[in-house]
Amino acid sequence: MRYVDEFRDPDLITKASEEIYRLADPERHYRIMEVCGGHTHAIYRFGLKDILPSNIELIHGPGCPVCVLPMGRIDDGLAVASNSDVIFAAFGDMMRVPGTHGSPFEHKARGTDVRIVYSPADALQLARKNPDKHVMFFAIGFETTAPSTALTLIRAKAEDLKNFSVFCNHVTIIPAIRAILDSPDMRLDGFIGPGHVSTVIGCRPYEWIARSERKPVVTSGFEPLDLLQSIVMLLRQLQAGEARVENQYKRVVPWEGNRAALKVMAEVFQLRPYFEWRGLGFISQSALKIRDEYAEWDAEQRFPIPGTRVTDPKAAQCGEVLKGVLKPAQCKLFGKECTPERPIGALMVSSEGSCAAYYNYEHRKAAAALVTSISSVA
Amino acid sequence: MRFRDPQIEMAHGAGGKASRRLVEGLFAPLLFESSRAPLGDAAHVRISGSCVAITTDSFVVKPLKFPGGSIGELAVNGTMNDLAVSGAKGLAMVVTFVLEEGLPTSVLEDEVRAMAAALHRAGVTMVGGDTKVVERGKADGMYITTTGIGHLMPQVTIDTRSVRPGDRILLSGPIGDHGITILLARGELDLTADLSSDTRCVLPLIETTVEEAGPGIRWMRDPTRGGVATSLNELARDCGLGIVLSEEEIPVRDEVRGACELLGLDPLHIANEGQFLAVVAPEYADAALNALHQAEGGENAFIIGEVRAEPACAVLVTTRYGGSRIVDMLVGDPLPRIC
Repeated sequence: MRYVDEFRDPDLITKASEEIYRLADPERHYRIMEVCGGHTHAIYRFGLKDILPSNIELIHGPGCPVCVLPMGRIDDGLAVASNSDVIFAAFGDMMRVPGTHGSPFEHKARGTDVRIVYSPADALQLARKNPDKHVMFFAIGFETTAPSTALTLIRAKAEDLKNFSVFCNHVTIIPAIRAILDSPDMRLDGFIGPGHVSTVIGCRPYEWIARSERKPVVTSGFEPLDLLQSIVMLLRQLQAGEARVENQYKRVVPWEGNRAALKVMAEVFQLRPYFEWRGLGFISQSALKIRDEYAEWDAEQRFPIPGTRVTDPKAAQCGEVLKGVLKPAQCKLFGKECTPERPIGALMVSSEGSCAAYYNYEHRKAAAALVTSISSVA
Repeated sequence: MRFRDPQIEMAHGAGGKASRRLVEGLFAPLLFESSRAPLGDAAHVRISGSCVAITTDSFVVKPLKFPGGSIGELAVNGTMNDLAVSGAKGLAMVVTFVLEEGLPTSVLEDEVRAMAAALHRAGVTMVGGDTKVVERGKADGMYITTTGIGHLMPQVTIDTRSVRPGDRILLSGPIGDHGITILLARGELDLTADLSSDTRCVLPLIETTVEEAGPGIRWMRDPTRGGVATSLNELARDCGLGIVLSEEEIPVRDEVRGACELLGLDPLHIANEGQFLAVVAPEYADAALNALHQAEGGENAFIIGEVRAEPACAVLVTTRYGGSRIVDMLVGDPLPRIC
């Protein structure tokens, strides 16, 4: 099995699409939220909306860990980095996210030492190689990336590496989903559950959505056939009046999650009493903080952090788009003041951001609606 | 369009939107104001009644050597290819070297030998050059610039204004090899693959295409930094038409696809150093493709799409199952995703 080609087989995709058309009740309007930003991108990248019936509405959820970070946290991280002895290390996805005084890349052009790393272990290696500098890893992500940050901190402590710290912005997915369901603006029929977060936390944490909220959840992979199959599974449940958690992404997601990963997370992190999320406000017990045993490697303990609270520009509607209340194109700034070149919010530059997905893959397709019904070109 | 960015960033050199803004908003209005033609790969200049093509390119690749080639080879092939896709056969080149203090002579000599071999293969002569040396730390080993001149092939006229709906898009071979090879050669990623740069002089293949389909060729380009996506978006904008590609027809090696999937990159945005795109009138397209398939190095050429009226000024990629997506130019360098 090649793991990609089979799940992009055009004939199987066409069959799955036909099954969805068969299952969808024409009298009903289905509102399904895909929580994860990676799913949003996959949906647009593979043009899946072109092969779904119009009464299935896919609503983009807040599963983009860069997008939900308030601008003040980026400013805080860059404030530490403005110290000439500090190397600011982060994933590539962070580099064009706007802070109040520019993005990390813009700071780099002005002289701040900003480096892209592909894993926190790379940041640790940077610290080993640059003993006269301090490397601060700006950690972001849901539970997906938290275990590797945890392992890196364990290693840093074991080596007693003095010139390394982590600025921790890890957040947890369940409180975000809870905030969506608590929101009076939201009426949803079901969820396409996060794919990669679930490899760590498993499928059990979603059971309350099925039990208490009576909405089905299907954790899904990222290939077109994965997403279509997940929609088939959701429609089947909705038709039968059921509400269960199902796992479509069995080849990667274990039902019980990854015990070892959860263990290291518990060893290194504890929950913050509350944390501010862009668009969702302050949510209690929704973000991770480094435990006191690792205080020496906690950037928030090592450095004075300004703790700036920055509200988004008034006209920007990042919050509503994050909650799924607005579609990206409905934000007043979309495509005009806010573009991937000149982003107002992270949603327009993050690889998980729904505005970026819509802008890059979709928004000029309206004129090309006539094209999509035409088959192979060459 | 005025260039309003307060400082230069890496994105301005990546061949995407930021680069275009810099060229169109700062360089063009101040330096090229007397030129009315859209900016192409080479300029055509009238000198005493004859038309001469001229182009220049600088090479700052890191690392200097990589599987399949090195900076010296790129410097010769890149400039020859820019001339070739503008419909010109390169005749002579000049070169400038900016060398870093401390560069081992053996490294320099290797590159000069590589250039000599590439010049010989391309059938072009180096007729002059200049050398500067800068302090340690100011040039990353070496930077090379080459400028080439050539005369136009009479059978072909490149003009974006002649592009029509129904014209076919021809691609000479698999995309993404060069960019991914460089990315892996930097050693920052824990990835290996059996890949090498596709750097080569495409003049022979272009001559073959011109011989077979000359009157039908509307436009050509070599998709370097920014990839096929950038080149075709520039075409779409310049001619005001749309381009629709068929995803399954675009040749990509498995290794390139795999690396791109892992890193969240699109092969359409990755640099190539040995390929060209041609827009060919439909009545000539099949003959051009067949001629390429018979020629050495053209076996993997494909017709990957066609020009349409809509979506105007944009590039659309369609799949066999009916899905489609817009492919735009990137702002700057592709960035890997986080999860």
